[in-house]
Amino acid sequence: MTAAAATADKAQKQSAPATASRGYWAGVLHRLMRNKLAMICLAILVLIVLAAIFAPYIAPHDPYRGAMLRRLRPIGTPGYPLGTDELGRDMLTRLLYGGRLSLFIGIVPVFNAFVIGTALGVIAGFVGGKTNMAIMRTVDVFYAFPSVLLAIAISGALGAGIFNSILSLTVVFIPPLARVAESVTTQTRSLDFVDAARASGAGALTIIRVHVLGNVMGPVFVYATSLVSVSMILAAGLSFLGLGVKPPEPEWGLMLNTLRTAIYSQPYVAALPGAMIFIVSICFNLFSDALRSAMDVKV
Amino acid sequence: MGIETSEDLGGPAQPLLTVKNLVKHFPIRGGLLGRTTGLVQAVDGVDFEVAKGETLGIVGESGCGKSTTARLLIRLIEPDSGEVLFDGQALGAVDGGISLTELRRQVQMVFQDSFASLNPRLTIDDSIAFGPKVHGLPDGAARGRARDLLGKVGLDPNLFGRRYPHELSGGQRQRVNIARALALAPRLVLLDESVSALDKSVEAQVLNLLQDLKSEFGLTYVFISHDLNVVRYMADRVMVMYLGRVAEIGPVEELYDNPRHPYTRALLSAMPSMDPDRRTQEAPIAGDPPNPINPPSGCRFHTRCPFAEEVCGAKIPVLTPTAADPGHRVACHMADASSGHSKAGSAA
Repeated sequence: MTAAAATADKAQKQSAPATASRGYWAGVLHRLMRNKLAMICLAILVLIVLAAIFAPYIAPHDPYRGAMLRRLRPIGTPGYPLGTDELGRDMLTRLLYGGRLSLFIGIVPVFNAFVIGTALGVIAGFVGGKTNMAIMRTVDVFYAFPSVLLAIAISGALGAGIFNSILSLTVVFIPPLARVAESVTTQTRSLDFVDAARASGAGALTIIRVHVLGNVMGPVFVYATSLVSVSMILAAGLSFLGLGVKPPEPEWGLMLNTLRTAIYSQPYVAALPGAMIFIVSICFNLFSDALRSAMDVKV
Repeated sequence: MGIETSEDLGGPAQPLLTVKNLVKHFPIRGGLLGRTTGLVQAVDGVDFEVAKGETLGIVGESGCGKSTTARLLIRLIEPDSGEVLFDGQALGAVDGGISLTELRRQVQMVFQDSFASLNPRLTIDDSIAFGPKVHGLPDGAARGRARDLLGKVGLDPNLFGRRYPHELSGGQRQRVNIARALALAPRLVLLDESVSALDKSVEAQVLNLLQDLKSEFGLTYVFISHDLNVVRYMADRVMVMYLGRVAEIGPVEELYDNPRHPYTRALLSAMPSMDPDRRTQEAPIAGDPPNPINPPSGCRFHTRCPFAEEVCGAKIPVLTPTAADPGHRVACHMADASSGHSKAGSAA
């Protein structure tokens, strides 16, 4: 037995970790599962998403057909458990259908911006120098506008419609996500393992794929989940202003708008779409908080 | 298909690494337009050779350019000027040149921070297999190689291969880093303070491991450290750097027993001794090294040197072989009889 093998043996016996090895993401999942609040939020979100997806099967009425005779019924009316809106359409049905569009325009812009923003931020952070300057200063120009104003301006210029609101919200969310991606990439790039990878002859794309993305995606993803609620609220705001979804499509922001006239006669019914936006937003926020603390382990 | 150690080209007499007048000045950018407002003269005209199979120790205070030199050798940073020949081959498309990819396969580096030099999201196996995969080894073969090397550095591949860096101790992580460096079958390994962050007992184990690996794989080391005892144990020759220049270079025993540069003497007398009869009597040198942004003129050590005279601030001393041993060279006016220093030729 050589001396190396002898010291080796010793080194192993000294401190072979006792617990079974668990990957980083498995560890995150484990910590997340133990967070009761996060699990409750996740359950509520899953329930709402499923309800929205299967709305045609579970909704008791037609979301578009109203009747003047049964306008603005209060919550608890037989046959209309959550009352009816200003055109006599069943609120429960419209809330279920409304979830489809609201969730769609809440999540899709954030997802788009996540992909584009991460790409921009990683390129800027990894290449550095003038490229970083060009990308990040351009991003800063968009960042300088308040997000509501920017969304309204772009939607206003492009015209109303679901596609345009998704486009404008995507533009709104690219700058903050690109900034987070850029700063995490800059940090990661300065670590020795990136130098070690360069020293082993790897090209920039390989280093980004293997060593940078894995360390950058996590923090950016956490931030993106917290933006879903902002996106939903902004989308609702656009619909409220008539720049997003057009009537008679059911969408929570638009429903809030059309029901505002009924705020004195049926305040509870009028508040229902707002309550849905609130519940989904807060669930997304609490879940992203939990995800962040689950991922934030100092090892 | 595998990755094997490249052939020796110039025979044993040709140095594995020849460094000529290597210069790296880092610009300090300031102001709105990022104009260069100053230069950090990190490495300023360094010459040395590393023979095949030897260990060259590089010592010096913090900020003297040791790490920059290592990073220049492996081209993690581009030198401003100077020449680095690897086994007689220059880098690039010149006649008889070596490509950057090939250079980076034959020269590898182990960093000081064992944790920062491993990707926290990759398993140990993946980290070690990364390099071979970059050089075209298929996934399975690269993993096999990673597991072999884990065994060589004294970690059971079945126990450690699937683990993540944070699950390992500092010494174990540094073993992984060594395995990662060896995965490309390099001929030269740069050890940049690789054991400095480890505690003493682990440090000794890793040093012994490095010695064993050196003879097993026929490696050449450049061993950078601020710990003179460790360098004496590891190195065949030692190079003393001060503010980006070579102060003295020579065989380890000759240099430790017969230091010629006042800076080397100061460093050696500051070295803690195990012998109570040889405890440090006088303060070796006072103060911090001068700012490398505007380094002193002439001999850079003259601001702290007890023997400094007018000539020291005026003229840059060149590395001159000493009379006793031509392999022992020193950059001091006192060692150069023609310099005009009053103690010239009288020292030693």
